[in-house]
Parts: sequence; C-alpha cells; structure tokens
Amino acid sequence: MTLPTGISRRALLMKLGILFNSIVALILTVPVVRYLLSPITRGRKDGYDAWVPLGNLDQFPSGETRLATYRNPVVNSWDGDTADIACWVRNVDGASFQVFAINCAHLGCPVRWFPQSNLFMCPCHGGAYYQDGARASGPPERGLFEYHYKIDGGKLFIRASEMPTPGQASNIVRGIQPCA
Amino acid sequence: MRLISSIGEWLDERLQIGSTIRETAEHEVPRKTASWFYVFGSAAFAVFIMQIVTGILLALIYVPSAGQAWSSLQTLNHNVALGWYIRALHGWGSDFMVALVLIHMIQVFLFGAYKYPRELTWIVGVFLLLVTLGMAFTGQVLRFDQDAYWGLGIGASIASRVPLIGPLIVNLLLGGPIIAGTTLSRFFALHVFVIPGLLIAFIGVHLLMVIKLGINEWPMPGRLVRKATYIKEYHELTKKDGMPFVPGAIWKDLFFSALILFSLAFFAYHFGPFGPSGPPDPTIIQTVPRPDFFFLWLYAILSYLPASMETPALLIGPVVGILALLLLPFLSGEGEKSWRRRPLAVLTVLLAVVALGTFTHLAQHTPWSPVMDAWSGIPIPDQFLKNRTALERQGALVFQVKQCHNCHSLGNEGGKRGPALDSVALRLTQDQLIRQVIQGGGNMPAYGKNLSPGETTALVAFLESLHPAGQPPARDASRTIASDAKTDGAPSSSP
Repeated sequence: MTLPTGISRRALLMKLGILFNSIVALILTVPVVRYLLSPITRGRKDGYDAWVPLGNLDQFPSGETRLATYRNPVVNSWDGDTADIACWVRNVDGASFQVFAINCAHLGCPVRWFPQSNLFMCPCHGGAYYQDGARASGPPERGLFEYHYKIDGGKLFIRASEMPTPGQASNIVRGIQPCA
Repeated sequence: MRLISSIGEWLDERLQIGSTIRETAEHEVPRKTASWFYVFGSAAFAVFIMQIVTGILLALIYVPSAGQAWSSLQTLNHNVALGWYIRALHGWGSDFMVALVLIHMIQVFLFGAYKYPRELTWIVGVFLLLVTLGMAFTGQVLRFDQDAYWGLGIGASIASRVPLIGPLIVNLLLGGPIIAGTTLSRFFALHVFVIPGLLIAFIGVHLLMVIKLGINEWPMPGRLVRKATYIKEYHELTKKDGMPFVPGAIWKDLFFSALILFSLAFFAYHFGPFGPSGPPDPTIIQTVPRPDFFFLWLYAILSYLPASMETPALLIGPVVGILALLLLPFLSGEGEKSWRRRPLAVLTVLLAVVALGTFTHLAQHTPWSPVMDAWSGIPIPDQFLKNRTALERQGALVFQVKQCHNCHSLGNEGGKRGPALDSVALRLTQDQLIRQVIQGGGNMPAYGKNLSPGETTALVAFLESLHPAGQPPARDASRTIASDAKTDGAPSSSP
C-alpha cells in the first residue's frame, strides 16, 4: 500500500476513524430500521386475519341490520377498549348475510344505521349508504367495506384483524382481503 | 449583593460566557424595530416554555397506555389538586402557540422579512410552523378520547390514499393493524421526544440567525433590498439610528409576553381543560368526532371537496402549499419590503385568512352533516301543518319517520345537508318531486325501495303543500293542457 504524497499519517488515521464509525453506524442502522418497520414487516402473526365469532345467528333476525362487536384477534394486553371493534350485520334473507365495517369508506368515522330510512349515515362529512352498503350520497367514493363471513355451528364468523381504509391495506400487503 | 456578584464572577471565570451574553443582549437594533409589531415571535417562545413546563407536569400523572390514558386524564381532572388547571393551561397553550406562530408568520411576511439575507430564517420558520402543528395534532391524540380515536382513523384514511405505499404508511402510523396501544405509544414518543427535540433545535437555529443577521428593519416604502448593498445599508442604519436590544426593545417583548401568559392563565381558569370527551371505545358509535380548533378548516374542506378531487387535493395540496412557502424567499428575495407597495402580498394574506376563517366557521356548524336526531327531536313547525288535508298530514308523518328532516330543514330547523324545503313546491312540480324522492340524485339517496306507493303519494302531497300563501306551486304546462282537455269533456281512460 502506498500513500499518495501530501496525506499525512494523522489525516489518514482520522479518515480511517470516520470510516470505522460509518461502518458501525450502518451495522447499527439495520436493526433500528428493522425495528421501526416492524408494523409492516413482521408478517402474519398469530391471529392475523383470523375467523372471529360475532355471536349466535339468532342475534341477527332476518331482514334486519344489527350492531355486533368483536375483540380484534391481534391484540396487546394494554389495548383496553380500543381492541373492541364494532361492525354492522345485515341478515339479508335468513340465509345470506352482509357484514359491514363500522368505518365510513370516506375517512373512517363510525357510520350509524337508521332502520326507518334504511340508510347508513356518517356523522363526520355527511356520507350515506343504502342498506346493502352501496354508496347513496356524500363524499365517499365507494360503498361500505364488507367482511368475509361464514356460518359455523349456528354462529356467525367474520375474517378480521385490520382497520379497513380506502387504500385497502390488506390487499396490497398480504394479498388477502379481510374487507373486500 | 457582593456575594451574588462574587459568585457571578467565579462562574464567569470558568464558563467564559458573560461577555457573549452581554454582547448579544446589547447588540444594536434599528430604533424603529422596537415596535409592538415585533413581539409575536417572543410571545410564541414564552408560550412554548409554558408548554414544556406544563407538559412535564402532566407527564407526572398521565399514562400513555391505550387502556388507561383516558382514566388517567379523568384522574387529572378530578382527583389531583389543580390537575384540571394544568391540563387547561397545556390545552389552551397549544391554541395560543399556534395562533401566535401564525400571527408572527403573517407579520414577517407582510414586513418582507423573508428577503435577503434572511431566507433561511424564514425556511426554518416554516418548519417551526409545521412542527408546531405536529405538536397540536399529536397532543390531540394523547387526549385519548373518542375525538382522538376517530381523528386517528381520519388520519389513517388520508394516509392510505397515497398511491402504492399508502397501506404501509397506515400500518407504520398506527403501529399495527388497528388503532390501539401501539398507536398511542408512538404518538406519545412523537409528542414528548421527537417533535419537541426538533422544535427546540429549530428555535435555536432561528434565534441564532435573528441575532447574527440582525432583526429585520422597519420596511420603508421605496427602500429596496439589493443583495449587493443590503448588508452595508443595514449596518449603516443600525449605526446611525440604532439602540441596544436590551433594554431598548426588549421591554415591549416582556410586556406582551406577560400579557399573553396572563391571558392564557385566564382562559385556562375560565374555560377549563379540553375534554376528554367519551372513552376511546370504538363500540360506542353514538359520537360526532370533531378535530380541535386549528384543524377545523381541514375538516370542512374534506366535506366540500368533490369525491374525484379529494385524493389529489389531499395528497398534492399540502406539498404545493409547503413548497410555495419554502420557495417564497427565492422567488422574491429582493426588492420592496413594505406591505404598502406589495398589494399582492396583502391580498394573499387576506385571502388565506378569509378562506381559513370561513372554513373554520363552517366546520363549527357542519351544514354538510345530517342532524342525526332531527327526525325524532325536531318537530315540524305548526305553519306547515295548519289547514292541511289528512293525506298531507300523513305525508308530514312520512317526512319525519323516514328521516327526511335529518337533511332537509323546515322553518330553518333540521339538517342543512340538502336544500330547505319551506317552498319546495315552487321549485319542483309533482312529477319532479316524485322522481326526486324515488330516484334521488344530486346528493340525495334514492328512496324508491324504501317507501310504499302510499307513503310516496302522501309525502309528495305534503311537499306540494310547501309554498308561501298566494304563490301557486310549480306545475307542468303539459299537464294543464291535458287536464283542461279532460274538463272540456274529452274522453279519458286514465285518471
């Protein structure tokens, strides 16, 4: 190794010192970034996209739309009430169901069901939906988010774990559709 | 007294900062800058100090856990001596600080202070505005109540609209798949560590530049900024007509800061703390989430934007706005400073203030939202029911039961989402009314599947009766001919 003339030993050592620190910084950056990105890189934890029971079928009379709640399958012990999620269950004709997310497809506020006018209305920006979840009026660009459901042993289950947003989190990240 | 000065001397011999402080304090500033217009920045700083102190005090009790934050706020409000007052100071302090930063920014803009050589001071100031708003938003989240919960939902929904990476941003923002414990923890870290750190750093740089470059001189119409000569002219001005900052100018800063802090103390005492509103339980859906005051304008814009423009406006609008603020000193870094010779600048400020003020005002009344309980809580005024037929009164009943009143007002009572119906019969004929009710349109849902033929007939009969006395309802000319022909005795098979 030859030193180009004009670079003193001290200057070289300082540069080496900076180089060492840069390498260490890079090594340390990897776990830090990995830690920060954990909400999107941890993959499918236990319970992610699980079938969650909403209750017995007799809680949802035919032709009516009722509020149901469930405990989110992905949960921490300090989540408190925030892990209890509400949704609207519509028993279409006694055999088929529709389960709508509580979140307005506009910006996520909780929609309310009005059986008198057969409309879902949002208290934030005035979105309204028909009983089948289709957009009726207001700023939403689409209908209500819908959960996949199944009936098993006289109980209604939905596939849930993620707050639905207009950007369709689940579709892109994990190739699944808890809320189509 | 001798003891104090000897301690001072002992310290200064070791710290060696006394002369620097003295020089900074006594540096010459242009005499005219000792003005009541130059006090807003220092007042914002005073409130910031207040926020640090009250923030630390709140952290003594507050629990940043999704399961317990809300009840720790209740404890602060009710079980800790004057806990409510510290919360009120911190909450009102937030509003005061945002307001002062905005006023400071307007003053600086109108006085041309962003021009050469203070471009970077302005840019750092823009960042200070952004981090101040960041503090306001994250602070609203830490008040972990219903508004905070659904406000986070709105934030996540906006973030999710970013093309391709939107969903990833949502998960990063929330720290998981839903709004829960990890969400509050990361907003706590932002509000208490990250953003205050940035804020302190930016304030340091901002103040350093104010001292190094000198305070902006009082703008005189016709005295233009030129890069070649400005520094020399400024130094001549301060030499010719200057005075030491302490005490020449600072006494006004001190007076104004004291006034602001006193007002803050009074507001906190008189109006009390902000909330918390209901607990952050997403199964309680009987809620009308509202953002805090300084985000209300955004709330209104989100309601008024047409659906097709919403995503582009949400994602591009802020970028354009911030870029415009950052580029301002480069686009007009020289020339006239005085607002008297910059009508466009004055108009821009007026436009921004009027627009934001209007949106804020609208958001306090939310005319775009259905009044959720109008159908059951607001009766139809008498004058619309007097002298009506049985069918029309039946229609009035349908009007209430089917919640038309939630969106349509009668006698100025009820929803403002749709048009007022006091004189709807003047605008729409019977056929048009039927079509509108059954098919909807404009911004109205279709009620065809939801009304029996009898209900529709009654409702339309009621709507047709809604016109001022003496003004006949709108009618279809072709109908008139048809009915005239009928009365003339022509045979007709249809009713």
